Amino acid sequence: MAITSVATTGFGEPPPRRRQRIFEDERWLAFALLVPTMVLLGLFIAYPFVRGILLSVTDSRVGVPGDFVGLANFYKIWNDSIFRTSVYNTFLYTGVTTVFKLALGLWLAMLLNRNFRGKAFTRAFILLPFIVPTVLSTFAWKWMFDPTFSVLNWLMFHLGLITSRINWMGDPDLAMISICVVNIWRGVPFFAISLLAGLQTISPELNEAAAIDGAKPWQRFWYITWPLLLPVTMVVVLFSVIQTFADFQIVYVMTGGGPANATHLFATYAYQIGIGTGLLSEGAAISLAMFPILFLVVIIQLLYIRRVEVR
Amino acid sequence: MIEGARWRKWVFFYIPMALFLLFLLFPFYWMVITSFRPDGELYRPWNSVNYNPFWTWKPTWDHVKYLFEETLFADWLWNTTFIALVSTAISLVCGVFAGYALSRLNFPFAGSLGTGIFITYLVPQTLLFIPLAEIIRNYRLGDTPWSLILTYPTFLIPFCTWLMMGYFKAVPKELEECARIDGASRWQAMLYIVIPVAIPGILSAGIFAFTLSWNEFIYALVFLSSPAQKTVPVGVTSELIRGDVFFWGPLMAGALLGSVPVAIAYSFFVEHYVAGLTGSVKG
Repeated sequence: MAITSVATTGFGEPPPRRRQRIFEDERWLAFALLVPTMVLLGLFIAYPFVRGILLSVTDSRVGVPGDFVGLANFYKIWNDSIFRTSVYNTFLYTGVTTVFKLALGLWLAMLLNRNFRGKAFTRAFILLPFIVPTVLSTFAWKWMFDPTFSVLNWLMFHLGLITSRINWMGDPDLAMISICVVNIWRGVPFFAISLLAGLQTISPELNEAAAIDGAKPWQRFWYITWPLLLPVTMVVVLFSVIQTFADFQIVYVMTGGGPANATHLFATYAYQIGIGTGLLSEGAAISLAMFPILFLVVIIQLLYIRRVEVR
Repeated sequence: MIEGARWRKWVFFYIPMALFLLFLLFPFYWMVITSFRPDGELYRPWNSVNYNPFWTWKPTWDHVKYLFEETLFADWLWNTTFIALVSTAISLVCGVFAGYALSRLNFPFAGSLGTGIFITYLVPQTLLFIPLAEIIRNYRLGDTPWSLILTYPTFLIPFCTWLMMGYFKAVPKELEECARIDGASRWQAMLYIVIPVAIPGILSAGIFAFTLSWNEFIYALVFLSSPAQKTVPVGVTSELIRGDVFFWGPLMAGALLGSVPVAIAYSFFVEHYVAGLTGSVKG
């Protein structure tokens, strides 16, 4: 209502109604502008967070409200060997893929930071893995890793690398490697394009000056490019760590946590327990177990952004 | 940049670039070729003789037909588009308003509110999906598009706000002050002066939000149950696999067709998308 009545008023006329005079006060206007955001975030982030904590200290299941049981759920998952495997897997998955994504992403960004024909075109295509819905592209990978019809097996066989088929999803280690490959595939474009944006802010004159002074390419990278790129790199890595740590889709599609629950992450195990078997409170506890680590990463990120801004 | 002999250019540029492109784009090629391949060719063991997996001489529309005639794929496409468009619109309105307030108005607790929104930006969907599923059920939103339209903004608004703050900060204060001297109210100055200047930012935020909501999976998986309500990622996952049997032809055709709308949207706004992506990181 307020919106339409203001929109029809011309510029020159004085604001006639009290309602509009209220919005002349910065604090009231700010309040009005922030209300929709606050309501949505409050209802669907803050409230579920509190509900999640309350849920995790009860023994409720689907359809059963449950009673207060204290930290019994956390105690139970702590002694659950599958949970321990998922914790290990999550750290391994996050660590390994982040290193590869950063290395490959930086390499690709440096390649893209040159002038060549079809640069805009190449850049647009490179982002495709990041754009396309993850579940859908992961199915393409699952099909490529299919135990019987795998094109990768075909390729390796015809290149003479293997003599018998590799059962990619049947072996825990191979399954984990496959999952990491898919995550790296999806994440490299994000790293490359973000780091490319960072690289483009570095003046080429710095590199040229260093080259004239006799710095080798490797020295130029290490003493000029890398330090100047570090702020962007830090933010990109922290973002990626949060996303990877809480990842669900790739593992859900590729292995569903199998074989024999060997490739679960926090999120997939929480889904299996909370939704799959209906143990809501235990599932909520598994999800919430991610929180301390995510919180730590967020704090690091906030402190880092502050520091960069102050400088 | 690379000086010297020709081979250096090949070793340090062309070959690595070609390998990157092969790695990043091959799954899409594989999706396309599988979508149009007859079943007889698809299910041939990897080591059978005279088998060329990379090409087919008998392309078929069977898988696409199966998708539209035997499954509710058309419904899933419509559901996903509708949900993505509406939640993007809601998030843009909220994000633009909140971004304006946080970057250009003085009010108590502005700093801590900004930090609070930034923190929600980093909350992954997998942290809250179980209590949220309960809340959705209590509000009787389960199995309706509204369960997603109302929850997707929780990860879109913080991103839009963050991005818009950057754009609004770049608009000079004098522009707004001129309009105010000419008699515009604060609200009018925002609506007619500041927001139009930030339209590139709104486009970036919009296209990025659209791809994010098209991509969302776990909320849709948990909140929706009847096949007719599902989104493309969930429908493909749950309806094209029967027990242990994967219908790879229709699956790949579904993956391909489910990627096309978002790829088209992206191709029109590549520059805006990249600006949104890098802006979302740098803030």
